[in-house]
Amino acid sequence: MKFENVIIGNSSAAIGCVEAIREIDSYADILMVSADRQAYSKALIPYYLRGKIKLEGLIYRKEEFFERLNVETKFGIRVEKIDTNKKEIVLENGEIVGYKKLLIATGGKPFIPKIEGLNARDFFTFQTLEDVLRIKEAVEKAESAVILGAGIIGLMLAEALVERGLEVKVVELADRVLAPVLDKKTSEIVQRKFAEKGVEILLNNTILEVRRNEKKILKLRDGREIETDLLAIAVGVVPNAELAKNAGIKVNRGIVVNKRMETSVKDVYAAGDCVEIFDSIAKTSRPIPLWITAYMGGRIAGFNMSGIPRDLSFVTAMNSMHFFDYYIITAGLSNSEDGEVISRLEGENYRRFVLRDGKIVGFIIAGKVGRAGIFTRLMEEELEVSGFKDKLLNDNFGYVDIPEAIRWNLLKEKVKFGVVRDAWI
Amino acid sequence: MVISHTFTSVKFIFIPFRHKGMRIVVKPEVCMGCQICEIWCLVAHSMSKDILNAFLLEKPRPKSRIVVERNSSEYLILQCRNCEEPKCMFACISGALYRENGILKYNEEKCVSCLSCVMACPYGAVKFEDGKIVRCDLCNLDPVCVKVCPNKALEVVS
Repeated sequence: MKFENVIIGNSSAAIGCVEAIREIDSYADILMVSADRQAYSKALIPYYLRGKIKLEGLIYRKEEFFERLNVETKFGIRVEKIDTNKKEIVLENGEIVGYKKLLIATGGKPFIPKIEGLNARDFFTFQTLEDVLRIKEAVEKAESAVILGAGIIGLMLAEALVERGLEVKVVELADRVLAPVLDKKTSEIVQRKFAEKGVEILLNNTILEVRRNEKKILKLRDGREIETDLLAIAVGVVPNAELAKNAGIKVNRGIVVNKRMETSVKDVYAAGDCVEIFDSIAKTSRPIPLWITAYMGGRIAGFNMSGIPRDLSFVTAMNSMHFFDYYIITAGLSNSEDGEVISRLEGENYRRFVLRDGKIVGFIIAGKVGRAGIFTRLMEEELEVSGFKDKLLNDNFGYVDIPEAIRWNLLKEKVKFGVVRDAWI
Repeated sequence: MVISHTFTSVKFIFIPFRHKGMRIVVKPEVCMGCQICEIWCLVAHSMSKDILNAFLLEKPRPKSRIVVERNSSEYLILQCRNCEEPKCMFACISGALYRENGILKYNEEKCVSCLSCVMACPYGAVKFEDGKIVRCDLCNLDPVCVKVCPNKALEVVS
């Protein structure tokens, strides 16, 4: 069996890749192999736990998607290894599939810190459908929960559990929540939101040891011991890059890719949470495990796999999050102190911009977040904003506040990834 | 469905999500900021389709899809541009934003209000009002705003 395009994985990056290939080429055969039995949106898992959507709501492309796009699928099957010399992949059932172009989109996996006495069945992670189903079952019998890690995933889980009536504690190593993306002011607001709902957040702390009787007893770094029915670990996601590593593909923290999403081996591409990618703002390569990065990476890989060279021109960390209906959007070096920082706090509405050489390199918008995409655009265009920087802090900042000469240039129809238009209309 | 040839190869192209390039553009030089487009957009997206009912009685109050920016001296009308490569759709984690017959559409039932689209839309054309996403649906390719504009400042281009 041989396919022109083989995709390992079936989440965001893989879907982006398929959609891109099919925009260009309706006949190239595509095979999608994944250990997951179904293609669903992992980002929706907190919403499912909260009951905001039903189980079928997790499926974000219609069921006939793969059929309609003529994609062969082998779901529920793990890929054992990749032979880049023979251009083959070996599946766990022994099947061998040849490829012309390969995309590795194996995603990420939860990072589990070393804790004394911790067994695999002691704790939950919160990343996959299996995880959430397990948690849902356990929640029925549980009264209390402890979550290690006050990142987006950990806090979303805390929100879901407290809504279900559990007594929730969050343990965080840093001195505030969401420390990698938020600044102190926003962290404080978020902490207050959680405190109001009765969630206890234990900062500057971590779990040292786990013991069990009826409940789990957690020994914390500050010497305290807390009891809990349910323990969840959400300290972060690390790239799932073993498959690539074993195949001799260059891996640092994640699979190393260039702007075209090519790995160190010819005809092998990678995208999504499994890669490390050059952050256009932070100017360094690192894993950016976010939905839109994965989708765009997959999409760009799809174009390149189909013979249309394209670069992923702008990548940076971008988060949209909300806790108890308090919305926060951040991008780039959102909490950096290095540069000119302008901010305005009014009630719970907060705006903070980090400027370097007159250009936006990061922002936090919280509360009224409408139209935050304009700032991502200004970042991407590397536009000099010092002339109107005071206006950035207005709640209703818009294109009208940008000097006319630049404004029309920004609003001009422009397809940044212009090759699409030129190449195939 | 669009079927055409590429210049570079003999392969046929079948592009299920490709759009027809239709979008609404504003000619700022003739827009006088009367906001009539905004009013009729709101009516067109109301239950009753009646201007008085829409403004006075309907709950929840219908919402205009058009973004009107104002400052002391200027008006600027912005609509969804039905982008060729819609970042809002790429960012959407739930499949609520999708493309059908060339138009970007929004399925409210699937939406979880994560605001990834708000974060991604470079024009700020996705609005967030009363906990819900509000965006231009191009009125089934026959936009009301274009029809009612007294100055013909709005135009459909494809």
